[in-house]
Amino acid sequence: MSAGLIILVLLGLGALGFFLGRRRSLAAAGGDSRRLHSLPRYHGQSALLFTVVPALLLMFAWLLVQPLLVDARVSAGLAQADLPPGASQTLLMADVRRVSDGIGRVVAAGRMTETQVGALNAGQTDVRALLAQVGVALGAEVRPEVFEAAKDHRALSQTGRNAMTVAVLALALAGLAVSLSRIRADYRARNVYERFVMALLVLASLVAVLTTVGIVLSLVFETLNFFERYPALDFFFGTVWNPQFRGGSDLGILPLLWGTLYISFIALLVAVPIGLMAAIYLSEYASRRVRTVAKPLIEILAGIPTIVYGLFALVTVGPMLRDWFAQPLGLGNSSSSVMTAGIVMGIMIIPFVSSLSDDIINAVPQSLRDGSLGLGATPSETIRQVVLPAALPGVVGAILLAASRAIGETMIVVMGAGAAAKLDLNPFEAMTTVTVKIVSQLTGDTEFASAETLVAFALGLTLFVITLGLNVLALYIVRKYREQYE
Amino acid sequence: MTDATGTPAAAAAAPMPAPARKSLLVPDPRVRRRNAAEARFRIYGLIAVGLSLAALAALLISILSGGLPAFRQTYLSFPVELAEARLDKSGTRDRAELQKATTLTYGNLLADALRKAIADRGIATDGLSDKDVAGLLSAEAAAQLRNRVLADPALIGRTIEVSVLAHGRVDGYFKGRVTMDSAERVSNIKPGQLVLADRLAAAGMLGLRFNAAFITAPDASDQRPEAAGLGVAILGSLYMMLVVLVLALPLGVAASIYLEEFAPRNRLTDLIEVNIANLAAVPSIVFGILGLAIFINFAGLPQSAPIVGGLVLTLMTLPTIIISTRAALKAVPPSIRDAALGIGASKLQSVFHHVLPLAAPGILTGVIIGLAQALGETAPLLLIGMVAFVRDYPAAPPEGLFDPASALPVQVYNWTQRGDPGFFERASGAIIVLLLFLLVLNAVAIILRRRFERRW
Repeated sequence: MSAGLIILVLLGLGALGFFLGRRRSLAAAGGDSRRLHSLPRYHGQSALLFTVVPALLLMFAWLLVQPLLVDARVSAGLAQADLPPGASQTLLMADVRRVSDGIGRVVAAGRMTETQVGALNAGQTDVRALLAQVGVALGAEVRPEVFEAAKDHRALSQTGRNAMTVAVLALALAGLAVSLSRIRADYRARNVYERFVMALLVLASLVAVLTTVGIVLSLVFETLNFFERYPALDFFFGTVWNPQFRGGSDLGILPLLWGTLYISFIALLVAVPIGLMAAIYLSEYASRRVRTVAKPLIEILAGIPTIVYGLFALVTVGPMLRDWFAQPLGLGNSSSSVMTAGIVMGIMIIPFVSSLSDDIINAVPQSLRDGSLGLGATPSETIRQVVLPAALPGVVGAILLAASRAIGETMIVVMGAGAAAKLDLNPFEAMTTVTVKIVSQLTGDTEFASAETLVAFALGLTLFVITLGLNVLALYIVRKYREQYE
Repeated sequence: MTDATGTPAAAAAAPMPAPARKSLLVPDPRVRRRNAAEARFRIYGLIAVGLSLAALAALLISILSGGLPAFRQTYLSFPVELAEARLDKSGTRDRAELQKATTLTYGNLLADALRKAIADRGIATDGLSDKDVAGLLSAEAAAQLRNRVLADPALIGRTIEVSVLAHGRVDGYFKGRVTMDSAERVSNIKPGQLVLADRLAAAGMLGLRFNAAFITAPDASDQRPEAAGLGVAILGSLYMMLVVLVLALPLGVAASIYLEEFAPRNRLTDLIEVNIANLAAVPSIVFGILGLAIFINFAGLPQSAPIVGGLVLTLMTLPTIIISTRAALKAVPPSIRDAALGIGASKLQSVFHHVLPLAAPGILTGVIIGLAQALGETAPLLLIGMVAFVRDYPAAPPEGLFDPASALPVQVYNWTQRGDPGFFERASGAIIVLLLFLLVLNAVAIILRRRFERRW
């Protein structure tokens, strides 16, 4: 049975459980619901939950674990001696999976029956042509060992799938039977139901933790894997980034970090003065009408997807900077540059700076302003000498948050900054960032065993640690400041 | 600007010379300076607001002016005789037999028909070679005609009026992207062809029309920007949003209810809270790495599949949804809970029967904003293989969730990486479609908030 069908059957069983539970509880009370501890509805609902939820959890766990076990079995079966020179076990397994999947499609398309497939022999039939008919393209002829392994793979998967169907349905029926058999007039169905729901709520809130654990684990494991192939010292202190797909690459992170920080710095140079002054103007000077129009408009900038900024950098800002500044000044003739990416990214983070600063400036008590104005200071003197110093920690926090956003930004730099890893000061040169290199090392058909691919995880970990650090610091500063006036 | 702001301490340290008794209505130089500084400061603020708005305007104008032409496309219309001798030599109309006629055959058929139509109308070709005349047609045109004939074999033997795509450069000429000068410098179009195109336009055989295929057609290969469309990308994005909605809404609401209404203050809940706050700020590309490592390499889900994209985007938007849902729950006054508890409801009943319905508009608003964020996200999708060239529409869900597909923002990126300048127009056009979807989502969110928000 397919997973979708199993889910449908489970839902059907659940609905059955609900009605049976309700009916049974009423019967137990002799048709008088006042004699029940819980409303009949709760008896039904708890029967439904006990039927559906454990079975669903089992199914998802099974779907996750089964491919791993099957792969391990088949992979062990494929003797190492079978390997043709130059082929790795992982690539071979990918072939096996693809062929196995293809046979499945052949059967599903009705071109062959199971028995015909069982009798197939790679030596005699052209498996590649057969699979091409159902849209599975293979790079080379299928070797007999691979084909046998694929048949094994398919048989094992099917056995596993059948076992799963039986196990899941059995668990659902068991849950149904147990929950129905417990129903009596004084059974505390509502309490049971509520405890069950509470457990589900806790589980849901743990997803966030699981995500973090997943991120950290996947990054750390692959990074350690990378450091086995490439020395950590060379990675952190190397000044050359030059990946070679034949091996012998230089994978120093410094040029990438430099590009990242340089671009983020320019972005902040654009965003901080504009964002801060806009926030000051809108909160201290602007009339109500101007504020209700201008504030949402500026915040639109934060809602625009970054790919739009990327295209803006690529099509408009880049060529403009090149033709008007870089070429006349003799600073280079590349339209993708640190300046392009920096300016566009600056525009993107203006709303972060301005709306956060706005909140913080508004949090400064009015009495401070009134005192300053009462002493005869002009509004601008009040802002510069009273409001801003009082709001400074919060503003610094806002700037740090914006910086973390800039450092982790991907699409603008992918499209606007270029791909050349350089340690250079000229802002009109193309440079590259950590995020750009993560994208370029991980897109396309990559083999997972090479240092050139794994380096992306080390880059990702570095990025994660930097942005996390900036965030924790910024949140700490903002929170500490908030408490001052509360 | 700095000296105008002398601190009170500085003013006290340097006592003013005995003030000349002047009218208070006439400002002295110091007051004038301070007032000037005040005016300047105000102007800086105004400039900052103006710059932000100008940036927004420049962004939108650049995208709109670049992308609007993508919604119109140059088509060539002329009669074509679908000669049986060329398309179906057996004369049986058998499908397998018909498929033997390749796009090459149809291409020649179209080219002949175009030349004939030009000759019939008496339009001068100025000695352009036959190949150059045929070059006005898109390479996709033959495939379009072939699909039409395969769908309806009864057409064979008849003369039909076709309306097919013109070559991308001809299209660019009518949209102002290609000029006579630039045509001289590139190899794939000649000025003579453009002159002929002008004449055809004057004769009414060639013209710009609304381009519905841009929304519905799948992507096309590198040399055919005129045929590229967003169909697969829109479907892929839709599927992913479906996954995000189905997973993120219940998970996010459940997590928020627990954290806001039930969670005791202890280590575990503190950990969860810190986690959510920090997850919201993790760069999106890190979620892409997570998706690649966990969903594709570990769990063995297929690359380029909307299910993987949806899962990654779910994890990414979950913090946003949780934060806004908690705000919505917090906005429901405690008196509601107290009243429910007071008449004997259990804690869970008070939340599910009373608090949740009242918070629903706020929650939905948050979810929609989360969806909008997910819809525009690109970087994590690049890592899970959504950049692949996909021409086949994914099947209907749930199986279609595992078929390869593209996504709107990724399609934009994909098109910007190609050589032909025609693709830039397509990319900007795709962004307009994306922004329209976002506009609709946000408008729904705003309407929901306006209509159902209650002030307590």
